[in-house]
Amino acid sequence: MANNSVIKYRCRSIVRGIASGEAVLSKEPMCFYLCDPDTGMVIEENHPLFGKSIAGKVLVLQSGKGSSVVQVDGLYQLMSKKNLPAAIIVREIEPVLVSAAVVVNVVLVDKIEKDPFEVIQDGDYVEVDANREIVTVNKKK
Amino acid sequence: MFLEDDEKRMLDGDYGPGVQKAMELLFALGKAFDAERLIPVSRTHVALSGQEGDTYWCTLLADGGAKCKIAPTTNPAWDVNALSKRFEVTEAELDLAVRTIDAYRRIGAVLSFCCTPELESNVPVFGEHVAFSESSATPYVNSVLGARSNRESSVSALASAVTGKTPLYGLHLSENRVGQFMVLVEAEMKDPYDWGILGWYIGKFAGYRIPVIRVVNMKQRPAPEDLLYMGAEMNTSGAVPMYHIEDVTPEALMQKHLTVGKALDVELVVGDRELKDQQEELFEKIGPINLVMLGCPHYTYAQIREVERLMNGRHVKKGVDFWILTSFYTLELTTRSGEMSRLKGLGVELVADTCIDEPCWKSFEGGLGMTDSPKCAYYRKRRGQPFVVRRLHDCIEAAVEKGGR
Repeated sequence: MANNSVIKYRCRSIVRGIASGEAVLSKEPMCFYLCDPDTGMVIEENHPLFGKSIAGKVLVLQSGKGSSVVQVDGLYQLMSKKNLPAAIIVREIEPVLVSAAVVVNVVLVDKIEKDPFEVIQDGDYVEVDANREIVTVNKKK
Repeated sequence: MFLEDDEKRMLDGDYGPGVQKAMELLFALGKAFDAERLIPVSRTHVALSGQEGDTYWCTLLADGGAKCKIAPTTNPAWDVNALSKRFEVTEAELDLAVRTIDAYRRIGAVLSFCCTPELESNVPVFGEHVAFSESSATPYVNSVLGARSNRESSVSALASAVTGKTPLYGLHLSENRVGQFMVLVEAEMKDPYDWGILGWYIGKFAGYRIPVIRVVNMKQRPAPEDLLYMGAEMNTSGAVPMYHIEDVTPEALMQKHLTVGKALDVELVVGDRELKDQQEELFEKIGPINLVMLGCPHYTYAQIREVERLMNGRHVKKGVDFWILTSFYTLELTTRSGEMSRLKGLGVELVADTCIDEPCWKSFEGGLGMTDSPKCAYYRKRRGQPFVVRRLHDCIEAAVEKGGR
């Protein structure tokens, strides 16, 4: 299985850039307003990521939710405390998430060729190259 | 996505980093929605919110040398001159408001500070392609005026204002403007309040889809205020940037031809009972109030005259403040025509350039407010003040000396 531990997938670039980090998966949509800017911790109760930090992580996200005002402000507050996610891989793209990601310049891709929830797991080390439209997954040992 | 030479130059930074950043946003949006190209917009409106994230974006573009090609009208923050003297605001809140206004002035926005631009200061014509943010304006522009706007965020609308472009997707395309399901309204619709509750009810059900509304016993055609309220609520409880009303809105008339042979299913029937239940489900029971707040969306001149008629010379009682939020334009009209000073004499105050969802109103928190707008109640509740929502007549009766049932 050793040669299966690094796998590359094609994706579509929405916000360009290259970033990498440990994967955190959220099968529910997310509103960044409901994160603590000082820690990057998700504070939305009943959210699968409740109590976990997204700071510096590669966030694998079902979709975004919430009005544009709160989504933009949420990411902005994380940026001002240097607790933004490194990159976002989204399954279902929506306009507010696109706008918010451009404002704070966080790398964003979608349309990864396999279902990201199948091929990425929490703790995998993931590199997102949105310039070349490639996601590289280093499986957790 | 195909870009023309000039658009490419914007994206490559030839016009400076501010324009480049704005084009990056539109390019990303266009890509995400498989738009084949950008199209020009001839009007824009930005829902300037006075929140840090939004102000940051405007400052980033302005500092990068961007100037608006299509000058946008702007939503209100709050009238810092009139209200900071009267209400408790922190230095940080005042500073943010001043920085916001300064950034929008530098980028070349029209500082109209009004959330109903489509009624007076920035009115598109049928078929015009525009970029309007503000949840009450977008449905009105699409549904009532027949202009074309997606459900823009304030940041994407500002990007369109700077570049003069928007991606060609969504409601800019005729095929995406057709109704998707039918709503049968059997309830009696009397004033904007009824239309607002109806909008809230439909919005919850519709999600993102476009409803076609058939009013069974239409005694009078809906007024602009009725349509404005319905759209505002529909786009608050749901995300509905467009609706049709049979025999009322322009594209509903056209679509009778388009949908022949493809009748829509009636998915929702709304009677008096449903509207009453909706009101009771959502909002606080009446009790002693400390504030009546009207003007979400901004009150029109006709609505202010209606307030004066219903006040009927009575004075607002002690312990209750009564505020009407309106546009600079309507405020000026009421100053000239006399409603402003007569209403002030009765304890009813008018203010322009101000939104209900701003820190200047926190002095009233801890008490119960009253309004005719579910949208007002929704946003104030998030800031910690519960509101009773009732029709205008009841708001006034609760506020005057004999009232307060």
